[in-house]
Amino acid sequence: MSTDAITAHSAAGLSDARAHSSAVRHITTIAKRELTSYFASPVAYVFIVFFLLLCGFFTFMVGRFFQRGEASLIAFFIWHPWLYLFLVPAVGMRTWSEERRLGTIELLLTMPITPWQAIVGKFVASWLFLAIALALTFPLVLTVGYLGSPDYGVIFCGYLGSALMAGAYLAISCMTSALTRNQVISFILSVVACLFLILAGWPPVTDMLVQWAPNWLVEGVAAFSVMPHFESFQRGVIDSRDLVYFLSVIAFSLFTTGVIIRSHRAG
Amino acid sequence: MIKVHNLVKAFGSKLAVNDVSFTVERGEVLGFLGPNGAGKSTTMRMVTGFIPPTAGRISVGGFDMVSDPIPAKRLIGYLPENAPAYTDMTVYGFLNFTAELRGLSGESRKKAVHRAVEMCFLDSVLYQSVDTLSKGYRHRTCFAQSIIHDPDILIMDEPTDGLDPNQKHEVRTLIRRMGEKKAIVFSTHILEEVDAACTRAIVIDRGKIVANGTPRELRQKSDLAGAVSLRVAGVTGAVLRERLQQLPGVKRCAIVREEPGAAWARAYGAKGARDNELNQSLYELAVREQWKLIELKAEEGRLDEVFRAITLPDTPATSKEQAQ
Repeated sequence: MSTDAITAHSAAGLSDARAHSSAVRHITTIAKRELTSYFASPVAYVFIVFFLLLCGFFTFMVGRFFQRGEASLIAFFIWHPWLYLFLVPAVGMRTWSEERRLGTIELLLTMPITPWQAIVGKFVASWLFLAIALALTFPLVLTVGYLGSPDYGVIFCGYLGSALMAGAYLAISCMTSALTRNQVISFILSVVACLFLILAGWPPVTDMLVQWAPNWLVEGVAAFSVMPHFESFQRGVIDSRDLVYFLSVIAFSLFTTGVIIRSHRAG
Repeated sequence: MIKVHNLVKAFGSKLAVNDVSFTVERGEVLGFLGPNGAGKSTTMRMVTGFIPPTAGRISVGGFDMVSDPIPAKRLIGYLPENAPAYTDMTVYGFLNFTAELRGLSGESRKKAVHRAVEMCFLDSVLYQSVDTLSKGYRHRTCFAQSIIHDPDILIMDEPTDGLDPNQKHEVRTLIRRMGEKKAIVFSTHILEEVDAACTRAIVIDRGKIVANGTPRELRQKSDLAGAVSLRVAGVTGAVLRERLQQLPGVKRCAIVREEPGAAWARAYGAKGARDNELNQSLYELAVREQWKLIELKAEEGRLDEVFRAITLPDTPATSKEQAQ
């Protein structure tokens, strides 16, 4: 390799590094703005209070936490796919539709940033917000810790799975939010999409397909289901297949969000 | 700084922008004129990189907007139509956010925000949330955002829309002042703004450029340009018309109005006549005839008339004039 090539190579590496650090900076800037704007409105606090109340209600009243007599948070996590079904789209519905309604999308996308940075920044902010809400359920952990001697590893896995599932729902909500400037439509679309993810592996749904569909299709649809992946986290297992499942739902949805936004601009 | 070649934008089968080319250099203020829906906003959105063109090339400061958008966007400050801003942020928060996205940090960001706030007179509302602002302040907030990084190129879509007359004046003054060092493009449908702020104007209609020139050149296209109107006391319209028609150098004349004891006529010279040739011969005629001249005025041509004539080709300016 000639010295010229080496300098050229290192210069390219340097500019790559610079581009990389500016990408991180742009994502942080956007995420920071989004997160501040959540907490600037009462919606954030209403959401968190609502989320915690529902968690409490389902865990103690419906899940019969105390009657179970076991030191685990099964009664808590088991409701999450259903709680998130309505609460996560409520958080995600505004991400892009609000941007289009206000016209600020025109500002954002004419800034010297790539659309990916904006998409990821917005997603990360909403995800962090959900994670904060989830983290505020910590008194439950203290409670089981006080009453018995739980396996904290299992609890940690449950939280991790729950956060990943929230991320997957959220990415879907971002995608439907990019579809329309109407938040209500965006909310309904993402509830339907998330409901599909919950029900895909449910026997009544697969039975409906078994009648006529080939086996690979039935299994394919069932594989979309969020439930078995979340259940293994609840059992305290971190399986790479489950991680891949959640992360690929997120990646696919965010990628589609980018495609939708680009096609809107292309007219 | 901005070079646009054969720009085309199709929405479905409808051509919103059809083969538009122009260049803007540093020190120029280009006014974009045209009726609503002519393609002004669409052109600006393509130049700023918000929407991709269907065909054609856009080069901004030497960077291609389609293949190399980031450095091109870095050079541009953009004020979109209706001046959008995040309603849940304070003015200060919003300006800080845009400065940060523009790559400013620390002390230089503080300075940039301060400078933009000062230029746009936003001091009094700095910590107010954007959704509580009046339309004028909201507009200025978005304007401040567009100049926060002191860009070489400023693109503004109807920057004076919805402002009161004083604010309009402020914005025009600001544009003219900044236009000395930057390349500025702004759209408007207020024709007086072209005179007030532009060094050059482009008229766009149904996606095509129909006129391109300095405001003076555009006015010259008016039938009125070069005409002389005169008001004479003690003469009837018929006599006035007869005398004017006999005068060599008058191609056509019209009686604008007859008042008791006075007549008001307008004489049109041949195209390409020397400046002031017609005024002089009319003056000499008046002296010869011993007319009591109340008014003698060389018409400059009116932009609104030119605008109507070129954007409504079915009704030429002359027929409008005769209909009056």
